[in-house]
Amino acid sequence: MEIFPVLLIAIPLGGAFLIPILYKAWNRLAEIVAGLCLAAVLALSIYLAFFLVPGKPLVYLFGNWPVPLGIAFTVDRLSSFMLLVVSILVFFSYIFAIRYMDHFTGSGKFYTLYLLMLVGMNGVVMTGDLFNMFVFIEIASISSYALVAFGTEAEELEAGFKYMVMGEIASMMILLAIAFIYAATSTLNLADISRSFAAMDKTPGFWFVLILLMSGFSIKAALVPFHSWLPDAHPSAPAPISALLSGVFIKVLGVYAMARILFNVYGVSRASYPAVFNALLILGLASIIIASLLALYQKDYKRLLAYSSISQIGYIVLALGIGNEFALIGALAHILSHSLGKGLLFLTSGSVVYRVGERDITKFTGGLGKQMPWTSLSYNLGALSVAGMPPFLGFFSKLFIILGAVKAGFIVPAVVAGLFAVVTLGYLLKITNKVFWGKEGIKGIKESPFVMVFAMVSLVVLLVAGGAFFFWLKPHLLQPAADVLLKGTEYAEIVFRIGAGG
Amino acid sequence: MIILVASLILFLVGLYAIITKRNMIKVAVGFSLIEYSVNFLFAIVGFRPGALPPILQAVEVGKVYSDPLPQALVLTAIVIGLGVTAFMLSLILRLYNRIGSFDLEEIQRLKG
Repeated sequence: MEIFPVLLIAIPLGGAFLIPILYKAWNRLAEIVAGLCLAAVLALSIYLAFFLVPGKPLVYLFGNWPVPLGIAFTVDRLSSFMLLVVSILVFFSYIFAIRYMDHFTGSGKFYTLYLLMLVGMNGVVMTGDLFNMFVFIEIASISSYALVAFGTEAEELEAGFKYMVMGEIASMMILLAIAFIYAATSTLNLADISRSFAAMDKTPGFWFVLILLMSGFSIKAALVPFHSWLPDAHPSAPAPISALLSGVFIKVLGVYAMARILFNVYGVSRASYPAVFNALLILGLASIIIASLLALYQKDYKRLLAYSSISQIGYIVLALGIGNEFALIGALAHILSHSLGKGLLFLTSGSVVYRVGERDITKFTGGLGKQMPWTSLSYNLGALSVAGMPPFLGFFSKLFIILGAVKAGFIVPAVVAGLFAVVTLGYLLKITNKVFWGKEGIKGIKESPFVMVFAMVSLVVLLVAGGAFFFWLKPHLLQPAADVLLKGTEYAEIVFRIGAGG
Repeated sequence: MIILVASLILFLVGLYAIITKRNMIKVAVGFSLIEYSVNFLFAIVGFRPGALPPILQAVEVGKVYSDPLPQALVLTAIVIGLGVTAFMLSLILRLYNRIGSFDLEEIQRLKG
């Protein structure tokens, strides 16, 4: 089990290395190698997510250097939870992509970038070293820029360029903050930085570095003042990539990194530094309100879903800003439910584009539900879950966020969160109304190929099962992950206890 | 302190280029400036006044050694910067082939 963190990087990285060599021999070899790698990653992540002992993280020391000296991977229950979220959606998007990518050339390049993006996300989640985290952020980001521009039409290249400009500004802010942190503490290990910060005077420079980091991660997470790139970038990518970018990418690079640094490295809590948490609360509320209202006016299938992603990220950040136990469990549950739900919705958009070749919903005459029943069913159930209707997983995640807000005495955010769940349902039903319901359909359209339907229906089943077994998932998956955040700087002590021996 | 301010000024010059310039090549140059300002800052972090090179031959107590780690970090950051610049220039080239212009206003198609 000690070797698992390395395998989670090495398997997809090895696959990404092999595919460009092998796919020249036989095109399908790219898919086979990628599929084997992703299945292995999924199996390892499921094992880690359920069988890792809470409070006893895996610490893998590279080169056997003890903790503050070398690079260490530290996989605790929060990391393993994020690994599970990432690998589930990556696996089902891959199954969808097998047929969807028929429309594109260069499947070898696609799967290479796909696996590299997975390497980057897994690395960000597992690493216990700040500079190493930056390197993995860049691996994931550069592959995602390439995947957004994968179609190489003018619009896709433009979206890729815009995304790259914003993403690189964010990365450079993060790197600048890392340089300042290294200058102040002479260490890069997250646990060691946490110890140094605890002993340090809280000067204005200390908070300036935090603001630099928060701005960088907010751009990566597309919170509202920093969101302008997302509605261009996510719809321009091929559908499985849109699903991944909206489903897990912004959560891993934005929300997870932000939460890890705030709670475990800076060790702030709502009681000690309310200003930091109020800032998150305001960013979250602004994202929910503004992005939901903008989503109501969208005419493009995928662009509407992209605005919806911004508003759902707002819910997660709002919950982090509330910062009590209920809200954090809600935030983690929402990471899971939104990654499955929004991933599913983007896959249905891919299914519609695959058969109809059109994304502008004003050009649809409705009635697609009769010809594509599985896609229609998946879209509607996914929309209900993203909006937060019972009995799906999305209901429980929003319920816990709202309960947390009420418990902490934030009545206005609780009301806004409840109210905008209805707005979410409103704009998502707009697509149902224009595309899937109604009598006349477009002639000669039939249901998408079996593997695409299989990927979508599997995600629906997971959403329903997540809702049905939520009270089993809560103690076994969500509570241990939330505990990591709630314990704050105890993270450093645990990592030193396990990793300092060598 | 002067060096810190100098690298921050270089960072802001790069940011100015990215925000105000309409020519995409100039935006890419802005990114190179930002990258080098951060690399510069990193390299300076390891400097100690009057320090010895960090090669220990015997344990000498009380001597000041310069920090070798930032140089390794800067090397990594330079390689990442190379990847970013190369990919950005190739994107710009593909856009130029499609549209025949480096002007950001002319390539603007996506909005809403």
